[in-house]
Amino acid sequence: MRRLNPSRGMARLLFFMGVAVMVFRGVAGAVEYIDINNPFIRKIPIAVPFFQAKTGTEVQAEIAEKGAVRLAETLEFTGFFKILDRAGFLEDPQRMGIETPQIRFDSWTTVGAELLVTGGFEVLDGALAIELRLYDTFKGRLLVGKRYQGARTDLKKIIRRFCDDIIYTLTGQHGIFTSRIAFVSNGTGNKEIYTCDFDGSDPKQLTRTKAITISPAWSLDGDWIAYTSYLKGKPDLFIKNLKDGRSHQVTHEGLNITPAWRPFRQELAATLSFTGDQEIYLLTETGKTVKRLTHNQGIDVSPSWSPDGKKFAFVSKRAGTPQIYIQDVESNVVQRVTYYGRHNTQPAWSPAGDRIAYTSLEGGETNIFIVGIDGKEPVQLTRNAGDNESPAWSPDGNLIAFCSYREGPARIYVMTAFGTDQRRLLTLSGEQTDPAWSPRSQRD
Amino acid sequence: MKRKLWIVAALFLVVPGLLFTVSCAKKKVASEPGMMQEESEAAKSAAEKAREEELARQRALEEQRLKEAEEAKRKMIAEERARFENEDIYFEFDSATLLPMAQEILKRKAEYLKANPNLTVVIEGHCDERGTHEYNLALGDRRAKSAMQFLKDLGIPASRMVAISYGEERPVDPGHNEEAWAKNRRAHFVIQ
Repeated sequence: MRRLNPSRGMARLLFFMGVAVMVFRGVAGAVEYIDINNPFIRKIPIAVPFFQAKTGTEVQAEIAEKGAVRLAETLEFTGFFKILDRAGFLEDPQRMGIETPQIRFDSWTTVGAELLVTGGFEVLDGALAIELRLYDTFKGRLLVGKRYQGARTDLKKIIRRFCDDIIYTLTGQHGIFTSRIAFVSNGTGNKEIYTCDFDGSDPKQLTRTKAITISPAWSLDGDWIAYTSYLKGKPDLFIKNLKDGRSHQVTHEGLNITPAWRPFRQELAATLSFTGDQEIYLLTETGKTVKRLTHNQGIDVSPSWSPDGKKFAFVSKRAGTPQIYIQDVESNVVQRVTYYGRHNTQPAWSPAGDRIAYTSLEGGETNIFIVGIDGKEPVQLTRNAGDNESPAWSPDGNLIAFCSYREGPARIYVMTAFGTDQRRLLTLSGEQTDPAWSPRSQRD
Repeated sequence: MKRKLWIVAALFLVVPGLLFTVSCAKKKVASEPGMMQEESEAAKSAAEKAREEELARQRALEEQRLKEAEEAKRKMIAEERARFENEDIYFEFDSATLLPMAQEILKRKAEYLKANPNLTVVIEGHCDERGTHEYNLALGDRRAKSAMQFLKDLGIPASRMVAISYGEERPVDPGHNEEAWAKNRRAHFVIQ
């Protein structure tokens, strides 16, 4: 188990958030809190009592409650935790101890908590100073603690940042709390690209093409989005920089679809059909063709890169039905991944690199499966809940966003990579499809 | 003497009568030729007018006929065009192979395009909702392109045709059953 380098963490926080932070000493030890082989089999019971206001006013009571509720919800979203009901707590959150010597850990182990988050804060002239701590209740030990100073409006950012510290402390990997999800919604009457936070909050319309606009794809740094749009009456690729507005287009005759950014290089793979055949090409970020990747008469579509950018998974009809294949970019060696089912599409290579999620149409039902890159042991993740498609991995590889028709109209849902905890991400007018999970933000 | 008187009396009676008669007759005689003249002129102009009217009527009829013929032609062209645009060809699930029926329709479309060499056509490829939409964009592209290749083989230059795939984005029937799917697996033709 690794811990954040405190000085680096602090410098980063100061620079990007305008929030000052101080790290308390914490002893994580070599205990495995979350089994990364299947972290969702047993959820860790965690208590998140309301934060403690150092000086009690009504405004502060609101921060105390909302802050704690938001922190608990943010943690719960990961699927790792069972949030304990505050009604059962034995301690009064405004009087209990929130630091090590004063905390009565047996009050928390008695209610079943294995982890405890305490918060203490004060508001002075609109500025917020808040201390957040994570404890192992059985060991009676501080795992991580931080003091943040910022504006009151920074509360959401501060909480997400501390949640990331919690996840990093428990798993050795950063969380997903700075990531966003791009998707397609037709609420305006046309399919347009939208983005929202990882938890479905703060949805924003990104494109206003008044045409069919689909298939958003994030670059590895999260600065670029590529998508397909019928803005000019046919399916073309649009490549947009979200920071500086630079944009490029790929408008060959025929199809220009299914963009996928190659990790560590500013390149994309996409399907073009200007030769008359649907083939996958490697393009620069400006849309110029680097080289043709697939050489096969028939449909080749939907590339998805391996995390090292050396191989890509894709859909090909070369064996008569659409199946998932993997191709090495250098050697061009192709290997078939799916053998079960007659209609397997939408490969999504896992961030860990060992598995591929995909969509299978079988017996009139569309469901999401996961299979090892060796093609062994496909596992069905969705069942008996309408059609389910378009799997998209969270950047930490623990969650999968997908599109489902289980409630009638298409909506975006999230589940763990083991198929558990399936829930709707957000509800907007119209239908939502095509989720694409961004990488973690590099700067927030 | 008495007889002379009678004659005189008779003369008196007859002569004015004659005179009257004569004058009447004279009048009549005098008036008749004039009327005849007027009447013949009137008849003449009436006939002329009738002829003209008849001509005009015939011209109008002719015009009407022409107009109708033109209308009919226009209608026929519009109908041919509408048939060209409305008659879709259909595909089997996950297939871009042209069925015999589709080939017959495409042959008619080729004739139409040959008869109208200035027209260019957009061939739209569509899919039913089954399968995922990226794959269906590719499948729709193949459907449009196989129709295009068939027309090309029948002598329609590729420069007159554009293939655009809509995948499953624009179903004609929003239903979720085989009947709807069969209608949605199509290539549609639009004259530019």
